[in-house]
Formats: sequence, structure tokens, C-alpha cells
Amino acid sequence: MSGFNYHKASDVADAAGKSSSEDALPLAGGMTILPSIKLGLSDPSDLVDLAGIGDLKGISVDGDTVTIGAMTRHADVAGSADVQNAIPALAAMAGGIGDAQVRNRGTIGGSIANNDPAADYPAACLGLGATIVTNNREIAADDFFKGLFETALDSGEIITAVRFPVPARAAYEKFPNPASRYALVGVFVSDGPAGTRVAVTGAGANGVFRQGDMESALGGSFSADALEGISVSEGDMASDLHAASDYRAHLVGIIAKRAVAAAAG
Amino acid sequence: MTEHGIGVSVKRKEDRRFLTGNGNYTDDINRPGQTYAYFLRSQVAHAEINGVDTSAAEQADGVLAVFTGADLAADEVGGIPCGWGLTFQNGDPMIEPAHPALAQGKVRHVGDAIAVVVAETRKQAKAAAQLIEADLNQLPAVVDMKKAIEGGTLVHDEAAENTCYDWAIGEKADVDAAFDEADHVTSIDIVNNRLIPNAIEPRVALAEYEAASGDYTLYTTTQNPHVIRLLMGAFVLQIPEHKLKIVAPDVGGGFGSKIFHYAEEAVLTWAAAKVGRPIKWTAERSESFMTDAHGRDHVTHAELALDKEGKFLGLRVRTLANMGSYLSSFAPAIPTYLHATLLAGVYTTPLIYANIRAVFTNTVPVDAYRGAGRPEASYLLERIVSKAAREMGIDQVEIRRKNFIPSDAFPYQTPVALQYDSGDYEATLSAALEAADVDGFAERKEAAARDGKLRGLGYSTYIEACGVAPSAVAGALGARAGLYESAVVRVHPTGSVTVFTGSHSHGQSHETTFAQLVSEQLGVDFEAVDIVHGDTSKIQFGMGTYGSRSLAVGGEAILRAANKIVDKGRKIAAHILEASEADIEFADGSYTVKGTDKAMAFGEVALAAYVPHNYPHETLEPGLEESAFYDPLNFTFPGGCHVCEVDVDPDTGVVDVVNFTAVDDVGRVINPMIVEGQVHGGVTQGIGQALMENAVYDENGQLLSGSYMDYTMPRADDVPSYHVSTEETLCAHNSLGVKGVGEVGAIGSTPAVINAVVDALAEKGVTDVPLPASPQNVWRALQEAGA
Repeated sequence: MSGFNYHKASDVADAAGKSSSEDALPLAGGMTILPSIKLGLSDPSDLVDLAGIGDLKGISVDGDTVTIGAMTRHADVAGSADVQNAIPALAAMAGGIGDAQVRNRGTIGGSIANNDPAADYPAACLGLGATIVTNNREIAADDFFKGLFETALDSGEIITAVRFPVPARAAYEKFPNPASRYALVGVFVSDGPAGTRVAVTGAGANGVFRQGDMESALGGSFSADALEGISVSEGDMASDLHAASDYRAHLVGIIAKRAVAAAAG
Repeated sequence: MTEHGIGVSVKRKEDRRFLTGNGNYTDDINRPGQTYAYFLRSQVAHAEINGVDTSAAEQADGVLAVFTGADLAADEVGGIPCGWGLTFQNGDPMIEPAHPALAQGKVRHVGDAIAVVVAETRKQAKAAAQLIEADLNQLPAVVDMKKAIEGGTLVHDEAAENTCYDWAIGEKADVDAAFDEADHVTSIDIVNNRLIPNAIEPRVALAEYEAASGDYTLYTTTQNPHVIRLLMGAFVLQIPEHKLKIVAPDVGGGFGSKIFHYAEEAVLTWAAAKVGRPIKWTAERSESFMTDAHGRDHVTHAELALDKEGKFLGLRVRTLANMGSYLSSFAPAIPTYLHATLLAGVYTTPLIYANIRAVFTNTVPVDAYRGAGRPEASYLLERIVSKAAREMGIDQVEIRRKNFIPSDAFPYQTPVALQYDSGDYEATLSAALEAADVDGFAERKEAAARDGKLRGLGYSTYIEACGVAPSAVAGALGARAGLYESAVVRVHPTGSVTVFTGSHSHGQSHETTFAQLVSEQLGVDFEAVDIVHGDTSKIQFGMGTYGSRSLAVGGEAILRAANKIVDKGRKIAAHILEASEADIEFADGSYTVKGTDKAMAFGEVALAAYVPHNYPHETLEPGLEESAFYDPLNFTFPGGCHVCEVDVDPDTGVVDVVNFTAVDDVGRVINPMIVEGQVHGGVTQGIGQALMENAVYDENGQLLSGSYMDYTMPRADDVPSYHVSTEETLCAHNSLGVKGVGEVGAIGSTPAVINAVVDALAEKGVTDVPLPASPQNVWRALQEAGA
């Protein structure tokens, strides 16, 4: 760590301006950036803290849409009666991220901007067909996640909120990495205004992805049985100490069935 | 039994400070003028060092000095010694390569220290270390033991085929003959997984040198301060004992990994004199992963010969034991004298042969880790016994009962050197069968099957040798030190007591258990007894804590010193009460003249010893302080039965431990709560080895499981509530009758878990699962069985 300048942004425009230089980073909950800096894996020149921007926090439900401010913490999403009522799978997913300390610091905006291939929120965004709102534009989740730790965000672009359409049914199932307890395989399924969706995190060699064959099958019949016989391509899977690609591919099928069973109730 | 005496679950004295954040750990200690060290470590597993340029680092902000192996060599600093010597089968001594405290000539594992930077702050030291230019010529790494013994790349030029020693116990020809006669032979291949100890407190050292007196002080996270003083003072730095003080204050867990003398301790102590200021080093967690000595790591092929009734006729074992890149303090003894000698287990197997080949690899040294050799032995035995039963269609309990050493056969001489003094294996087995409700298992299995789960039941009937060790035996087996323990009991004038023990507590609750012992023995209040340990300037001598030895050896030493106090007090009381010594009785803290109401409280006798106005000066010195050195006559032999019940999810391979029962014979129990806690901890580590933990190096010697992101530690939600109880048979050769409890959990549990997993998967055609039985490994075993 060679040191960095700390800025507390007063509003979104201020944050965007200060974080637009090449080596500057916006700081949300810091649950990834801070350990990365400590381990010498990241060396930003400037950290622009978003914590003081009140507009970025909070949850609102408007008709068929749940809107979550980018700086809303996982614990707040998990504990929100509004989210629990509208999209219980989303509240449950947030309640299963990391541990209590992480949930009390980590934010939805920070999580999706980081786009860790084993994070939960990318699966929720993709699996529910969310819209990511930034200071410049609105980006469909389908266009937002661009591979490992890569997103559609431009330099200086700040996520302000995420809008989730309320599905008819949805569920998230996670098979945790035994060591880190990040998702080794996490599958978010939903059925509703954004269509029938199956989003998989943790497993893909290129990060979160939608499983088209499963979506087609579920479009016909939203049941675990509909997924029987669908094979997941081993070649698209990540591989590590805990799960080689063949095991991951197998788990995607199993966990998807469990998610569908849970969503179908 | 008094309120705080032997057999009472007294709450732990030490918890008051630990739970309120007032523990005093090495990193809590700071000395005036303190500086900080940072070690530059090799990123590659094997390389020649062409040169190390420290000039830029020396000029960096705050840097006081930078040292390399060349500086140590110039100062004639010795290598890190090994405390145990073994031989090849032909009697040749083991290959014992030099282990420089900072690498010289070559680096031999990722994490091997190349240089140390001493600076005003930790941050400055770390930043400066990045400026050191180490010119390394990378060499191929030797990681896999089977490849290592084929020769090729050598970790040490002097160790042909990377072999440290090739050792054997037992008469091979006799054992082979037993196999020729056998009706059935079961064989098994086992990889006993490599484990990283992961104490909560990382290793820390703080060294100081006083130029005026020439005195050195090293504060360090060790389980045995006197052993460090001996090894480092005599063999590395040539500092005599009276000029070297080692302090091991509160230590946050050791599990064996803090027994050993580590290079950082010597480098800091040496450098403190060079720099002229105290130097502190605190391991980062990633340093702990790659530099703390690892545990286990055996590759074994074993065969069991049986007659048609299932009686064991002979056991043949061939093991490759990983030593890592250098010999850690006690590494050679672990796979031999703490493993091969345990291969009789609780069984009457008449003939045993074991061949142990110790192998160098480009990995961090491997040494004792909770159980140390004995978990490897119990795992091997309990797995092969279970497999034999399955192959021969004999019930798992029946095959064990058929081969148990009967309770009336003690003392029992095994064919592998040890003589067991006491035990009752049927008692622990039958208690465990009942506690685990084995009768109800079939019903529970059916219920689990309805939920799509495969339920299995696994047993382990194990023994271990602990209370290490009779010095004469240890010496004959290659130990370069004695293994007694010492105690001083100092009674103060008002009757309160300070006990100085050579045992060291790093989670074992000595301050409570030993105080209970002394309170009971002297009849003084529990709160009036303090236990002092961990400081060579206070403690007369000590061999420290490992091998479940504290109570059986250290406690016995305390008891013997306390008995001397009672005897001296009797003489004082006899004089004051004007009675003959033979008529003085001591009980409940009071000396009485037999048959009279004449009495003196223990405190009054203590006062008389220090205020000797009326005192038998002609026959007795004033004061009331006694010491004892106790060298045990034999090992102690705790044993017992663990029963594990698991559910396996056949879709994912996830194993869920649903019930775990441990019935252990640890001899007399001083504090049942503490014993239960020790078993809980040990069992959890054993489940960790069985299902989760695994240190993995890739073929280049990079540690893939170098953080908690990849190394799976067992957590509270991974394990069920345990059913823990004890069945006592007393140790026959110490007066307390105690055997030791520190390791039983880790020794007995792992095979019970894997036997349960294999039992669960048997209906799918699976006969074995590797350690650890992680979800992926279990799923793969099912795939391979075609299930």
C-alpha cells in the first residue's frame, strides 16, 4: 500500500467528478476494496467515499417495482419488510451474503460494481431482470455484467440505485464454497414481468450468466422436473480446488432444480 | 471432594482476563525503543540464490538494518537444530541438512526467509523489503513424495532420493509368514491429508538485548520456553542460559505448531544485539499459512491379515512421511515413535511390521500437530479394520470386540515396543453404543432415506500414547532432550501458594486445573493458589506442553512437590504441638495429633516456617518451598470409542455430521468441564481433517490453500452438539491416575467420521473416500462407483 487520498463526496456529481481520474475509485461499503488494498492487490490513488450521500440510501416500493439505493446495506435489504413482502427471495439472498459484519457494511451498489464472479447480487440482478440506474443512464442487468470484475460502468459513472421488477415467483439457492462460503454455485430463478430467468453465479468461468436452456424449459413448465436432463456445459465452468468444472456443471443442475422447487413452492 | 477440589467443574480462572480482553499476549508487549522486523520471503519453492542486493532497502525511510543469510554466516550463527535423531534400517544416521535461519545458497519452500528488514515502523520495514533485489535462479520443485523418492531434483544435495531416513520396526519375515497363513487379507491406500494448524494467535516474537548486562530477552509464542532457550541458546546463538530469558506469556493456541524453534526467533534475538534496540515481528496470517510447521501428510499402503474368524494375525504398513524442506524440531519422531509404535491400537494383533520413509520436499516443514502421529495410526487402523469387517461380512462392533486387548490383560506388551498399563476398551465401547443409540440407527437411516439422504454410522476404537515421556525411553529412541517436568510449590507466610510449573498453558486451563490439584492436596483455598508458567527467569526448568503431557507429567510433578510441603509441615507441626511426627495427621488443611484435639491449620504452619520463633532449627530449615522433577515411568494410554453418524446428500456430496458421540478414558478427571471442552475442540479438529481441511501445493510448490478463502476451517455451524462422556481406568504408574486429554478428540474422531461416510455410501458401491471427504471428493467417489 503506497497510500491514497480520501475524499468524502458531498453529492453524486461530486463523487463522479472526484472518481473520474484513472486511479481513483469510489468507496461504498469497502468490503472488497479495503482488504484488497491491505493485501496489496489494489493501489488506488484516491478513494471517494459515497457514505455521506443521503440520496443513495433507502428502499422504496412503487407498484410493481422495488427500488434500492446503491448505498443500501445488505442487512437493510434483508431486514426490509417492503422487500420481504415484494420479493422475498431478494431479501433472503441479501440475508445470506457473507457474515453479519459484511452485511452491516457492504452495499448493493458496491457489490454489483465490483462484479465478483462469486457474489450473490449479480445473480439477483440478472435473475430478476433488474435495471441499474447511474448518474448518466439506465442499464439493463443483461447489459451490465461484462465478465470477471468487469461491468458496463464508465470511469466516473456512479450507480445510484437498482430497480427490480416484482416477479410472480422467485428463489435463490446457494451452494457455498466450503472455505470462503462465497457462492460456489448460486442460482437465482424468477418468473414474472421480466420473463423466466435463471441466473447463475459462482460457477461460470466468465462470471454471472443466464442459463438459456433452463429458461426455455421453465418457460414451458416452471417446475424442477422441467430441468431434468438439461446438461450444463463443462467448458463454460470455472475450476478450482473445491470444484473442478465437471462438478460445478453438475451442481448448477442440482442447485437450479432446488431453486425452482423453492420458487414454485 | 471440596468445592474446588479434584472432580469439580470449577469455572476457569483464566477466563476472567481472556473474556474481558485483558489477556497479555506477545503482541500486547511493547518495549521502549522498539523497532519492527519484516521478513522478505521466497515466492518460489526452489531456487539458487545468486545474490541479494539490499542497498536500496537500507536507504529507505526508517530502516535501521537489513540482514541476509550471508550476515548470519559471517557471524557464525548456527542453523536451526532438530531435536530428534533417527537412523536408517542399517543404522546409518538420518540425513540432517543444514537449516539456516535466513536462506543461504538456496531457498527451498515458498515462504523461506531471504532477508529481514528492521525499521522504526512495521510499515516502513515492509515497504523497504519490497526494494530488496533477490537474484534467484529458479529450479524445478519437488512436491509429490512418490516422485521425490525417484530422485531427479533434490531438495538437499546430500539427501539421495530426497530421503531423510528409511526406518522400520518389527520383524518383517515373521509378519510376512503370518500373511502367508492368512485366510483373508485386507489392504488399503491412504493419503493422510496435510493440515495447517491455524492457531487464532499468529506467531509473534519480540527480542531485546541489554548491552550493560549482556542479557537477552525473547518474548515469543511458544509452548515450551525452556526448550526454545536450549535449542536457540545452545545450538544457534551460543548464548548461555543465564544470559538468555525466554518469556511465553498468554499464547492463543498452539496445537503443536508452537512447540518448535523457528528461525524468526533466532534472527530477532541476534539482530536485537546488532541493532541495539528491541525488535518485534508479528506474523501476518498469510505468513502463518506458509511458514508455521504443517501437520500429518502421509502416504500409506497397509495390509491386515486375518483368520477366517476375523482375528487379526498381522499388520504390514509402508508409509511415506513428508518432512517438508527442512527438519523441524521434532519432525523425525512423529511418523516413527509416535505413529508406528501405535499400530497395535487396542487390538491383540501379534505381529506388526512398519516401514517409514521420511521424505524431503519443497514445502514448509511438517511436524507435530494435535495428536502428532497417533491420529495417522488410529486413522490407518480404524479404516482398515472397518474395511476388513465389510469385506468379510463381520459386524463392525463384533470385529473390534473379537480383537480387543481384554481388560484383564494389563500390563499388555504390544509387538511394537509399547507396554500399555491400563484400559478397558469394552467399557468405552459399550458406553458409546448406548450413548449413540446405535440400536435406533436403522430407524433413523430409513427416515433419512425418505429425505433423500444416505445415512451412515462409523466407529473408531482408538488408543494413544501420551504424557510424553520417560526420558530413558525417549533417549533410546533418539530424543536429544529429557522429557520430565518440574514444579516448585512456594507457600507464602500467610498460607497462600504460588506454583511454578514447567508446563505451559496455551488454552489448556492449567491455572484452574493445577490450582484445583494444589487446593485439594494442601487444603488451601482455590483462590489462594496461583499458577505461574511461561518465563524461564521465574520457572526453574520445564519441558513444556505437548503430547497431552501437562497433567500426567507436569501435574504429577506439582503433586510431588506439594507432598513434600505436607511432609515438611508435619515436622513443623510435630515440633510445635510437641508430638512425634508419626502421630501427626494431615487432612483438609489441618495438622492434628492423632487421637487428640490438638491441631494447627496449614496457614499457621506456614507462618511458623517463616516466623520461626518456635521452630526445630537443629533439624529443619525455615521457609516452606519445595521442588520436584518428575520423570514418568511409562507413557500414559488414553483410549476410547467415538461413534459418528452422518447424512450424505448424494446429489451434491455434502456430508452432514448429525450425531457425534465420544466416550473417552482419560484416567482420573480433575475438572470434567475442562475435559469436555478439550474433547469438543479435538473432535472438531478431527472432523475438520475428515471433511474440510486440506493444505494443497501445486506442482511448482505454490501453496494453493494459502488463506481462509481456500483452506476450509471447521466452524461452529459445521458440527452438531456432541455427546461426550468419560469412563475411567486409572493410570497405573502416576499417583494421580491421570492419562491426558488434549489430543484424544483429534485422534479418535477422524476415522469415525470417514467410516460413517463409507458406511453411508456402501449401498452405492463405494468402498473408500479420500481425506478430506469434501463435497467434491464424495461426489467423485459416487461417480467412480457408478452411482
